[in-house]
Amino acid sequence: MTVTETAAVEARGITKRFGPTVALNDAGIVITPGETHALVGRNGAGKSTLVSILTGLQRPDLGEVLFAGEPSPPLTDRDAWRRRVACVYQKSTIIPSLTVAENLFINRQTERGPINWRALRARARQLLDQYGVAVDADSLAGDLNVEERQLVEIARALSFGARFIILDEPTAQLDGPAIERLFERMRDLRNQGVTMMFISHHLEEVYQVCQSVTVFRDARHVVTAPVADLPHDELVKAMTGEETQAYESKAREIDGGAKVVLSASGLRLKDRYEDVDLAVRSGEIVGLAGSGSSGKVGLAESLVGLRKPDGGDVTVNGTAIRPGDVTAALKAGLGFVPQDRHHEGFVPLLSIAENATMPIAHKLGRFGMISGERRKARATTMIQDLDIKTTGPDQPVGDLSGGNAQKVVLARALADSPAALVVINPTAGVDVKAKQSLLGAVEDATARGTGVLLVSDELDDLRICDRVLVMFHGKVVKDVPRGWSENDLVAAMEGIDS
Amino acid sequence: MTESAVPDSLAVRSRGTGLKLGRFRDLTLVPVIILLLIVGSFADPVFMTTGNLTNVLQQQSALALVVLAEALVLIAGKFDLSLESTVGLAPALAVMLVIPTSAGGFGLGVPVALAIPLCLLIGAAVGAFNGFLILRFQLSAFIVTLAMLIVVRGLQTGITGGKSLFALPPSFLYLGSATWLGIPAAIWITAVLFAAGIVVLRFFRTGRALYAIGGNADAARAAGIRVERVTWVVFVISGTLAAVAGMLETGRLGGISANQGDGWIFMVFAAAVIGGVSMDGGKGTILGALTGVLVIGLVENILTLKGVPGEWRNLVYGAIILVALMISRLAGGKAQD
Repeated sequence: MTVTETAAVEARGITKRFGPTVALNDAGIVITPGETHALVGRNGAGKSTLVSILTGLQRPDLGEVLFAGEPSPPLTDRDAWRRRVACVYQKSTIIPSLTVAENLFINRQTERGPINWRALRARARQLLDQYGVAVDADSLAGDLNVEERQLVEIARALSFGARFIILDEPTAQLDGPAIERLFERMRDLRNQGVTMMFISHHLEEVYQVCQSVTVFRDARHVVTAPVADLPHDELVKAMTGEETQAYESKAREIDGGAKVVLSASGLRLKDRYEDVDLAVRSGEIVGLAGSGSSGKVGLAESLVGLRKPDGGDVTVNGTAIRPGDVTAALKAGLGFVPQDRHHEGFVPLLSIAENATMPIAHKLGRFGMISGERRKARATTMIQDLDIKTTGPDQPVGDLSGGNAQKVVLARALADSPAALVVINPTAGVDVKAKQSLLGAVEDATARGTGVLLVSDELDDLRICDRVLVMFHGKVVKDVPRGWSENDLVAAMEGIDS
Repeated sequence: MTESAVPDSLAVRSRGTGLKLGRFRDLTLVPVIILLLIVGSFADPVFMTTGNLTNVLQQQSALALVVLAEALVLIAGKFDLSLESTVGLAPALAVMLVIPTSAGGFGLGVPVALAIPLCLLIGAAVGAFNGFLILRFQLSAFIVTLAMLIVVRGLQTGITGGKSLFALPPSFLYLGSATWLGIPAAIWITAVLFAAGIVVLRFFRTGRALYAIGGNADAARAAGIRVERVTWVVFVISGTLAAVAGMLETGRLGGISANQGDGWIFMVFAAAVIGGVSMDGGKGTILGALTGVLVIGLVENILTLKGVPGEWRNLVYGAIILVALMISRLAGGKAQD
């Protein structure tokens, strides 16, 4: 490939090792000025390592980084790096206990001498206005929601004067409308001549906002092409190195007389949802869709007992559950995958075996003792069933990649062959192949008679559902049978529907 | 359309009022202090006299400096339990280097004028060693400083043979016992150091860096703050402050007992935490910590004036700290952490 104009950013022949693992092997990327360039690859392909090298947080073992043809500044000169490249990291770099204004000017509150807080706030407001961020400069950063926090990070990143910005999985924690607003903003920035590198697991997003795409696989650069020249199937092929079809959901016969394994009646929680009735039968997958503010996650969390509803009844497998009692729900035969796996899903320092068998620990031994052998045996089966990539059942879950950690969480939910399963956003931040095994495991459980409630922001996930309940402003507004079109569902989610 | 009034986003929007309260979060203990002053003046006529209140301040000045030191460490997201032992060791070792063997010293003939600088240096050295173990060896601050609490106290008992030191050079006692402009020098010194702490942590980048480090160390590092270096300096400064506290306490009491500072750390944490300094780091102010010290001092004074028997002291003391915590929690409106 010949580059006619000087690349805005170029990484050449980058190799980076961490101990025995090679994170990047002679990889590189060329980004032309003004384009929005996607970087895609499965978990562990080396994307994050490239980000930390491009932002000057890590030094490559071999290779070099060029900004507009100039060699990169020394690693110690943080300011020089920040004038060249801005980054919105996957992990928030906002300090929750400080105000938005101070976060924007962290460690540069003043050139010298005491800080003039009034002037700092004024500068912060000006900066927020300049990028159209509707956030109060005086509020605590910890009180912002994910979208606002991200906008603050973008504004801060750009305030150093960088014309190149890296967005590392910015959409992972946003809901549909927020993603749309983010894309709108990205298009604006592009019109202003800002060059961007965009990382996402959602390939459709790549086609929406990017002009070219680079694929990494197993620490190597595979291909760089304009998005128009790389249709979806080929992109997936480049990422996985093999032909893969989009996930085919299995056809199921729903027995109308099958037992109701999870039901809610008249369930309500102030400011979240009201008067919700639903019933999930054995062997059925029911989807729950809606925008981020529809109350769908709050509802699902109430069903499993993580949130206490104000009123209404929940039954699991025929047993009435006292509101807000997780233990009782689990005992009655419920399994669940929480929304935030890092928070509620697993204990990072404990092994896969321990994490996955937590709910069935009492079955693995007598008198409160746990048999290590039996636990290991169970965990090994789970690892095989869900195709978890690991060195063995003793590996701490904290060391696994996102997709594999999520599989452990799902394995735990399925450990006791639950009658009912509630799954919240199972495929968030998970790559294509892991997504398929996760959805496959959910479908397998259904085949064994489990009734599943699948809450997801991801339309693809909802394809496996036998019917989808759509929520809008706290109410279930529609019950859509299998075979829906994307437009119909989105319209219902946005409340445009008649 | 998507910006319409929706439940989830409504929940977050109560911030306007939250912030105004937040500005006064430093002062949530003020009602407690006023309450204590009222209770105190009813409890005993002596309480509201200048003499008594000055006395409270002087007695608390050494403890207050350790609270200042601990607040700095806590805000930076770390822990230092060993400060209470430094309060004893720093003056004891410094004095023993300058006094003759007959008075219980090493008899090294080090000039007496060096006693105070040596005392501060020893405090700084203990802090530096803590920092070394915690930052270079990446050990848990809690366990390292717990061990250091024992080690430093043990060192003092070892070198003094468990005995108190009484024959001290007058120059060393001066700052803890002198009176300037009618107010004990110890109060002046403490006030100046607190004022410096308040200003630096509010108005200077270095001070704000402590909040950034305690709030999110990775983010602080990404913003170009030298996290390890700043944290290390904080440990050194707090060790030094503990040494100053030890010196003032020595001057006030006229001697150094083997258990000077022993058990202080509980009061120090109580004062810092009821004053709004978070044990998780990144939150709290020096002014808040100061109000915490005042609450502790007033409670102690009232208990003494009322002649509460020694064996019941701890119970009443602990209970009052719990009540102060609850009041500041209600006044602050935010969950304690």
